[in-house]
Parts: sequence; structure tokens; C-alpha cells
Amino acid sequence: MEKYINVPLAEGAAAELRAGDYVYLTGTIYTARDAAHKRMYEALERGEQLPVEMENNVIYYMGPSPARPGRPIGSAGPTTSSRMDKYTPTLLDLGLKGMIGKGRRNQEVRDAIVRNGAVYFAAVGGAGALLSRAIVSSEVIAYDDLGTEAIRRLEVKDFPVIVVMDAEGNNLYESGSAINHMG
Amino acid sequence: MRTLNVSEIIGNIKEMCIEANHFLSEDMKCAMKCAAEAEKSPLGKQILNQLQENLEIAGREMIPICQDTGMAVVFVEIGQEVHFEGGLLEDAIHEGVRQGYTEGYLRKSVVKDPLIRENTKDNTPAVIHYDIVPGDKVKITVAPKGFGSENMSRVFMLKPADGIEGVKESVLTAVKDAGPNACPPMVVGVGIGGTFEKCALLAKKALTRPVDEHSDIPYVRELEQELLEKINDSDIGPGGLGGCTTALAVNINTYPTHIAGLPVAVNICCHVNRHAVRVL
Repeated sequence: MEKYINVPLAEGAAAELRAGDYVYLTGTIYTARDAAHKRMYEALERGEQLPVEMENNVIYYMGPSPARPGRPIGSAGPTTSSRMDKYTPTLLDLGLKGMIGKGRRNQEVRDAIVRNGAVYFAAVGGAGALLSRAIVSSEVIAYDDLGTEAIRRLEVKDFPVIVVMDAEGNNLYESGSAINHMG
Repeated sequence: MRTLNVSEIIGNIKEMCIEANHFLSEDMKCAMKCAAEAEKSPLGKQILNQLQENLEIAGREMIPICQDTGMAVVFVEIGQEVHFEGGLLEDAIHEGVRQGYTEGYLRKSVVKDPLIRENTKDNTPAVIHYDIVPGDKVKITVAPKGFGSENMSRVFMLKPADGIEGVKESVLTAVKDAGPNACPPMVVGVGIGGTFEKCALLAKKALTRPVDEHSDIPYVRELEQELLEKINDSDIGPGGLGGCTTALAVNINTYPTHIAGLPVAVNICCHVNRHAVRVL
């Protein structure tokens, strides 16, 4: 089913999405990948505040290529999510409601998605030029020294994603072909 | 003896880094287009059409096809009649990569030390493979390699008794484990034989062979075809969400090996199988 929704997610919105839904996101999301996750995790271990509120937010696992002059961002497709698995359950338990990436997640992440009524979206891997056009603006808000791995606030308009793992524990990577063959 | 100034190498490598990251080779473009037309799954077809659109935007607006503009793998075939002047060849290659990635708005994805992990900020060093060949030309292949698929690549040290069935099983295992992580549809480079490192290099080189060209060894050609069919029957599909397009090609290179061994390397590449080739 095609859905248009706003981000940050409204209370309960993530839990209503189902694996296989094709969703267009509009609003604000944040980027973080390997190095930023490691740093956030270590900050939490030291009892410090995170540079971004997790509550109802969506993290995009993405490190863009540099923007050409006059453009908000360069190529901007998803990176492999499983490298963030170690850190993700903690962030979900802090209120993170959605992740955008590509590829499988481990059981701990899947359990944390269900436990928190969250959602895992896939964006099309290797479609960074196309996806960049749904990004209206980009601003580094933390960990600037990490370069492409810095945390960025992105304003997106109709950013296309597919629900892969939902709050009921469904996983499109396992059931996807079955759904396709029915259609 | 032919003399070549290394400044020519710098300029060419720079341009090739930029070219490879914005334009796929003709064989790859054709394979992607055919796959989009042939895909049966509706979601799979939609994804392949988006990838078509992505390629179009990349070339037209000069936005890299993928944000992971890779670690630069450079193959250099040097005719043994060639003499280089004006500096070190190796320095020239790294300088070409540095200029290509900084001036071409490409992502800097290389860290100086694998554990300390500080970004070098110019995507150097490149990974360079030299071959000395007959003649007085220099053939350069720049193949930026993304790590979503690189991470899913494998080496299997099989026993001779495992034979061709063992090879098939290894390739299919690697592809199945890669699944959605490697951004399918993929190109699968396979190296069989040699030593531990030689088979990996054979597999890497296999990825630079046009996807519409096949091995000239009859049984290897058949193996390429059979594995491609089996992979596409796996239903991993575009984006890992089901469909009959999981791989665009299986390219296999072989080499003599030891009586005790059967090394097999599977180097997986996503659909952004980039390479630019020039002969100087």
C-alpha cells in the first residue's frame, strides 16, 4: 500500500505501518552511520546527552558524497544497516521510531522494533542520485570532524522507502517474494 | 623503449575516477536495461526502473551513481618496453586518485589505519595491482569498489575432492549470505585456483570483464551460465525483495593450482559495477 507520512513520526504512526508498504516521508530525519553510532553509544555509556533527541525520530544510515555548489547534498543512498545492529536496540529503547537503510537486521534489533512499536525501512541501495532529489536541505549538526559520517539534519520531501520490518515482527526480506508472487 | 611522463598518468586517473563514478560501461547499462524489461515481480521491476532513472540522473546532473564512490582499485598493465619519467608511477596513481576524488565531488571513504580509523580525506591510497606485459603501451583500469558488496565477498579453501560441485556450492552460499546487503542485482566475480591471494585477485579482475563476454574455456563458460541461472532462481531479487533478477552476470577466471588445493574466491559487486579503461 502507498502511504504519505510526516517525520518525525506521530505517536503510534510507526506501529501502524506494515512490511511491504511503500512509504513517502516528508519532514525532518537525521543521518548517522558507523562512526556516529559508535560515538553516540559511548556518550550514553558516559551518561552524557545525545546530540539528537531520539524520541519519534528517524535515522537514515547514510554518508553522502560532497554537494556540488548550489545543491543541498551529493549522492545520498542507504548503507548496510547490519553494521549498526550493535547500537540500535539502545537507541530504539530511547524512543527512536524508525531507521532507513538496506539489508538484514539481527534478532536483537527485530525484537527491539517490536518492543518499541518502531519500523525499519529500506531505501533502494545504489540509487543515491535519485534519492538525493528528495532531499531539500542538509545541515551538519554534530560530529563535524567525521566528514561524511557526521550527523546531518535532512529536510526531505516524499522520500521513497519500503517498510521491511514492522512492529508486528514481519520481515519483507523473508516474505517479500511470496507477496510479489501473489501480485 | 618508449618514454612516458607520469604526469599523463595523473591526469588520466583523475578523469577515470570521475567518469567511472558517474557513468556505467555500455555492457552494464545494457544488462540493467534488459533486466528491468524482463523482471516479473512488480516490486522488483519498480526497483529496477528506479535504478534506470538513477543512472540517467547521475549522468545528466553529475551526481555519483552511488554515494559510496568506493576505494579506488587500479589495475595497471605495463608494457615492458615502457620507461616512466618525471617521478614515481605509484605516486602518480595516488595523486590521480587524490585529484579525482577531491575535485570531482566524490566521497572520501578511506581510513588511514584499519583499527585507528582516521579518514585520509582524499580517498588515498588506492589499491594498485601491476602486471608486466609485452609491448610499449600502458593499460589502466580504474574500478572504484563499494563496500556494501565487498563486505559480502568470501574466500573458500576447498579440497580437490570437493570438485566442481564444491565450487558451485561456495558461490551460491556467498550469494545467498550476501542477499539484500550487497545491493542486488549483483555481478559475481569468481576466481578458481592459484593460491589464497591469487584466487581473490582473479575474482576481482573477473568483475572488470564486460558482463556480455564469457570465458573462452568451454566448461568454465557453462559453469558461468549454470551459476547465473541458479542465482536468479534464488528469488533474492532486486533490492533483496524478491524477483528473478539477482545477478546480471557470473564472471569466472581460473589459474593453475597446487595438487593439494582448490581455492575459490567470490568477489561480489553491486549493480554499480564501475570501471573505466584507457590505454596510453
